[in-house]
Amino acid sequence: MAAVRDRPISPHLTIWRWGPHMLVSILHRITGAGLSVVGLAVLTWWLLAISGGTAAYATFTKVASHWIGLVILIGLTWAFFQHLFSGIRHLVTDTGMGFDLKVNKLSAILTIVGSVLCTAVLWAYFLGAFK
Amino acid sequence: MSLGDSATELGKVEGIGSARRGGEDWIAERLSSVALLLLGTWFLASLLFLPKLDLETVTEWLHGAGGAVPMALFVIVSFWHAVDGLKVVVDDYVTGEGNRWAWNTLILFLAVAGASLCLFALGRIAFGAAS
Repeated sequence: MAAVRDRPISPHLTIWRWGPHMLVSILHRITGAGLSVVGLAVLTWWLLAISGGTAAYATFTKVASHWIGLVILIGLTWAFFQHLFSGIRHLVTDTGMGFDLKVNKLSAILTIVGSVLCTAVLWAYFLGAFK
Repeated sequence: MSLGDSATELGKVEGIGSARRGGEDWIAERLSSVALLLLGTWFLASLLFLPKLDLETVTEWLHGAGGAVPMALFVIVSFWHAVDGLKVVVDDYVTGEGNRWAWNTLILFLAVAGASLCLFALGRIAFGAAS
């Protein structure tokens, strides 16, 4: 009997030429992992801070409105939109549609354009640019 | 064909498809993604349309069923989807059966702990005295 060996793991990133489809695929994983770890940690802290009362909430808002906090929140917003749009694209391709080279590339680019645009508009609103 | 059965009829005859099981996980990940499409949009829209994000406003929002129930669902489905997603990442990049088991178990435990903290906080807000 052959010795049990670890099966090869995927993917071998270095041998592929980068394109929008590949970038979006990688971003889907990175943003997913980021939302899972950082996003859910912030959500948990926020809910605990609300339930904790005035002092706990003040600590949260103090950190959240610091520039480092803002960078994290804006990053999470972008990750949310990127993962959302890329996720919708995944659901479409799961049905077998959207695999034509041009359509596939265009939809990949659109997820990035959409995520950056939505993040910019949302934070312009939050930071009071429309008032 | 059951909900979790990913193989086609021809695939079953030829023995092609998931090596062991896995169709159920694949379907579950997509179901939770569709749920998050709705709940995530609701969450962001809520933050956007709340007049202010101070303690009084968010407490009042989460005190009612219209805020607390979707938020509880958002928390549960988010952590569920995070576990599913991170499992894919772990299974792809971590070598060795034991290491994969350790990572996946750690992630599952942390997610259950995080979700429990969120639900505890939500319960305190929803069933506490109205501010």
